[in-house]
Amino acid sequence: MPRYAHQWLLIAAAFATVILMLVLPLLLILHQAFAHGLAPVMEALTSNDMGHAIRLTVVVALITVPVNLVFGILLAWCVTRFEFRGRKLLTTLIDIPFAMSPVVAGLCYLVVYGSQGLLGGWLADIDVQLMFALPGMVMVTIFVSCPYVARVLIPLMQSQGPEEEEAAVLMGASGWQVFWYVTLPKIRWALLYGVILTNARAVGEFGAVSVVSGLIRGETLTLPLLIQMLHEDYNTVGAFTAAGLLAAMALVTLLLKTVLEWRQRV
Amino acid sequence: MTALLRTRHSVLPGFTLSFSLSVLFICLVILLPLSGLAVHVSGMGWDTYWNVITDPRSIASFKVTVLSAAGASVINAIVGLLLAWVITRYRFPGRRLMEALVDLPFALPTAVAGLTLAALFADNGWLGQWFSLAGIQVSYTWVGIMIAMSFTSLPFVVRAVQPVLEDLTPDLEEAAATLGASPLASFRKVILAQVMPALLTGTGLAFTRSLGEYGGVIFIAGNLPYETEIVSLLVNIRLEEYDFAAASALASIILLASLVLLFGIQGLQARLVKRWHGL
Repeated sequence: MPRYAHQWLLIAAAFATVILMLVLPLLLILHQAFAHGLAPVMEALTSNDMGHAIRLTVVVALITVPVNLVFGILLAWCVTRFEFRGRKLLTTLIDIPFAMSPVVAGLCYLVVYGSQGLLGGWLADIDVQLMFALPGMVMVTIFVSCPYVARVLIPLMQSQGPEEEEAAVLMGASGWQVFWYVTLPKIRWALLYGVILTNARAVGEFGAVSVVSGLIRGETLTLPLLIQMLHEDYNTVGAFTAAGLLAAMALVTLLLKTVLEWRQRV
Repeated sequence: MTALLRTRHSVLPGFTLSFSLSVLFICLVILLPLSGLAVHVSGMGWDTYWNVITDPRSIASFKVTVLSAAGASVINAIVGLLLAWVITRYRFPGRRLMEALVDLPFALPTAVAGLTLAALFADNGWLGQWFSLAGIQVSYTWVGIMIAMSFTSLPFVVRAVQPVLEDLTPDLEEAAATLGASPLASFRKVILAQVMPALLTGTGLAFTRSLGEYGGVIFIAGNLPYETEIVSLLVNIRLEEYDFAAASALASIILLASLVLLFGIQGLQARLVKRWHGL
């Protein structure tokens, strides 16, 4: 416990900041969604647009998370278990999606795969449309969320070192057995941590998806895009109901994240 | 062929597989779209490019984006240092909750943050009414943009500074106190000096993130051309007008800025860490 007045003052300032900046917005979501009682919320939740947006958001996340999970494991295995030229370059390159504006990311994909894009003409010839449809939305979501698993795994696997895996190989284990019985049990919590972060970003991505979705109502609107659409329609209850769903996802993410961090510390 | 790259042999299997798939992924997912933009921009001619980026509306959007992001980064440096300090130094009820909540801006989708902040700071909103009493207009001004940016990038400074504060041993502070330094002087000369590299890294990352922030900002900004229009939004507007050239030119500027910042921060961090260990 702090002993001096100035320490309590600092704690009070920190609490005030957290309440004003973080807690108040969460309360406001509830307040706005339930401003006219429960009935409008239920109506918003059961509307066709909302149902479609929820399903689309889940589909995008269900494709994105496994892809980035596999990529993250492969990259982490590669850069932490072997020494080779260009190792640093690989770990630098995967930070790019973190630094980029999501709108610019969406634009880059549009420039390559859109109808006027570099590969667009060829794609149109074989009758494949990626942009303004589900494939494009999944592609940009994979882009913006690809660093998380690798970023969580690399420092952990680096500090664990390759000795146990090497011992297993020398005792005759196959590559798959080494990964399954030696590596995976050591990294499973970190892996889960990476998956939660990837999922939160995939579900919540707005800028990049908004550029490549074409914003077609009932077709290419994910939950975050639906929020904007409802907001522009002055449908406050609907917008805040969708926001409430996403905020609940965020809180579950924080809860799991905190639990996993305690587990790793112990 | 991949064996040529190896600088040290390892008995572990899977190098060729993991290396080639990782490189393939990075090329397809990250590098191909980036070079797509580069090719597109380089094909448009210097004059067109220059006209787009020196257009008064573009200049205005660069200005409002950079200034708001700078303001947000200053706020985050101060608030982030305060939160990291309180969380690592003091034990009090609610500390763990506070620590968990600090990451909320990373977990909360930016569109939700934007929608909520806009309502919170509207003239009749829970916080906006107090600001308008004081004569400060938040929503539809750069102040609102700055607040939105500082919300979405708040965790960067806390997460960068926290581990350094945890590792600080009390010896130096005690030494400073024994030598007669006031608490404030010992904070400034002993603690701040050691935390500075992490504080700069965190603030730099927050600034980079703020430059590109979109979902958090557009709800509160009002999006008036020449006044509260951020670059990312202008890119999107040009796209909706099918003006790919203008969108790409503007995008290339933010992209270049964020890449320079990213590599600059990484380089700076490596140098500072090296110097620290060299001592």
